[in-house]
Amino acid sequence: MWKWLHPYAKAEVAYQLCYKLLPYFSWLSVITLAVGSVWGLAFAPADYQQGDSFRIIYFHVPTAILSMGAYTSMAICALIGMVWQIRNAELAVYAIAPVGAVYTFLALVTGAIWGKPMWGAWWVWDARLTSELILLFLYLGVIALYNAFEDRRTGARAASILAIVGVINVPIIHYSVEWWNTLHQGATITKFAKPSISTDMLWPLLLTIAGFMFVLAALTCLRLANQIILNDARRPWVKALVERELSSVSMSKASK
Amino acid sequence: MQFNSLSDFIAMGDYGAYVWSSVAIVFGALAWIVVDSVMLKSKTLKAIKQEQERAEKIRQAKQQNSV
Repeated sequence: MWKWLHPYAKAEVAYQLCYKLLPYFSWLSVITLAVGSVWGLAFAPADYQQGDSFRIIYFHVPTAILSMGAYTSMAICALIGMVWQIRNAELAVYAIAPVGAVYTFLALVTGAIWGKPMWGAWWVWDARLTSELILLFLYLGVIALYNAFEDRRTGARAASILAIVGVINVPIIHYSVEWWNTLHQGATITKFAKPSISTDMLWPLLLTIAGFMFVLAALTCLRLANQIILNDARRPWVKALVERELSSVSMSKASK
Repeated sequence: MQFNSLSDFIAMGDYGAYVWSSVAIVFGALAWIVVDSVMLKSKTLKAIKQEQERAEKIRQAKQQNSV
């Protein structure tokens, strides 16, 4: 039943798939981010308590949700790489990590900027904020471990183990607002009950969440494709590809 | 539209500094990671080319020594 997946384990096929998917993800991300941002900033009604400051939600919630989503997918790739020895999955770990780190950083910064007018503090050492900060360190740890070894394969394995162990932090972040006393408000949409937000505020939020998801997908395609050719640098198909790409670059420069 | 004028929109009910700095940081960081990811390709291609040329030189040197 799953046999159709097998060819995608081949490096060359996976490389081509990355570039086939890239334009779709890119366009979808531009459209959803543009519409969602304008809708959220200009057309959504102001919050009855927080006024217009609540509009930071349209950037804070997507980056926060996807900082955890990216980490979970990175850990799943790490697990697949460790258990089934699929090289492309190991490479995907390193492709996702920098994007996830940027999302985590943005969730922390937009949270701080939102916290100042609403809580009166940029930062408090409570469970939600601290566990999200630990997520940033986990991402940086994965990136650093990956590069810490002369042999890329060893680095990938070490980074994979950290990614898998660190996934314990994801449910801690999610449930931190229920388990401990905190200034941070509870979940608005990531729960089984009906979302506790009015629909004319919810739609632009869903759009920006989709937007950041497509950005993550597009950047993962781009970065994974690079990892694949770097890993296969000595193979004939990469040699041919490098010749082709570099000669087309020099030709386009010459024609200018 | 929730705002009556452009200046209202920019003021964001006195939260303008907070809202717009968030927007600037988010799109600034996104632009940075997008540019970095796009630039990565030419960097990778050049690194592979260098690596291949080095391997080729080593191979030729070995061949000459053995003759």
